Amino acid sequence: MKKVTIVVFSGEMDRAIAAFNIAIGAASMGMEATMFFTFWGLNILKRPNAGVSPPGFIKKMLAAMMPAGPQKLPLSKLNMFGMGPIMMKKLMKQHRMPDVGEMLTMAKQSGVKVIACTATMELMGIPKTQLTQDVDSCAGVAAYLAEASESSVNLFI
Amino acid sequence: MKADSTLDCFGLLCPMPIVKTAAKIRELEPDQILEVVSTDEGIKEDMPAWCKATGHEFLGVEQDGDLFKVYVRKK
Repeated sequence: MKKVTIVVFSGEMDRAIAAFNIAIGAASMGMEATMFFTFWGLNILKRPNAGVSPPGFIKKMLAAMMPAGPQKLPLSKLNMFGMGPIMMKKLMKQHRMPDVGEMLTMAKQSGVKVIACTATMELMGIPKTQLTQDVDSCAGVAAYLAEASESSVNLFI
Repeated sequence: MKADSTLDCFGLLCPMPIVKTAAKIRELEPDQILEVVSTDEGIKEDMPAWCKATGHEFLGVEQDGDLFKVYVRKK
């Protein structure tokens, strides 16, 4: 079985859509897809009302400035102080394209593995309890490389 | 082309037609033909690729105005 690994480094709506599109497409083609969420990608996996305040001033500031969850992601271009995502969501609705939250659910339903990076979780003060139940496991770079070295498709988004 | 089953993907964007095809094909018996109707032109390339990856047979595409009808035989 062909394998696909995707590093989701970005925390933007458009990049998340691209990543999930590929993962879901891969699963539909009988490939085993794994997504590794790291750095800003972790924002996609946050539960919106987890009410977490990490210890330390810098971590607190970082947490306060980061979007929480798939519904709150900015666009990588034309964000226009939040107008961009609103318009993009409208367009997506018109075309019956699922939003990022729905794509995460679809990905899980089709067997895509969702893995969170422990190093950046620690760095950015994001505890496991703040992440969605959809996360299969929390792992490090060795786990990623083990999967990636067996995969035909390796992407960094 | 005559089909045993039709999947309507009118207005759905990639990857939805492929995702739905993967689900629908499970409902068919081997050798049955599935017709997928899509408005996304990408299906012309996507379906042969999907068939190659999953082992089903790509039978062809017919264009009917804005509609792309692709035919797959379940293996």
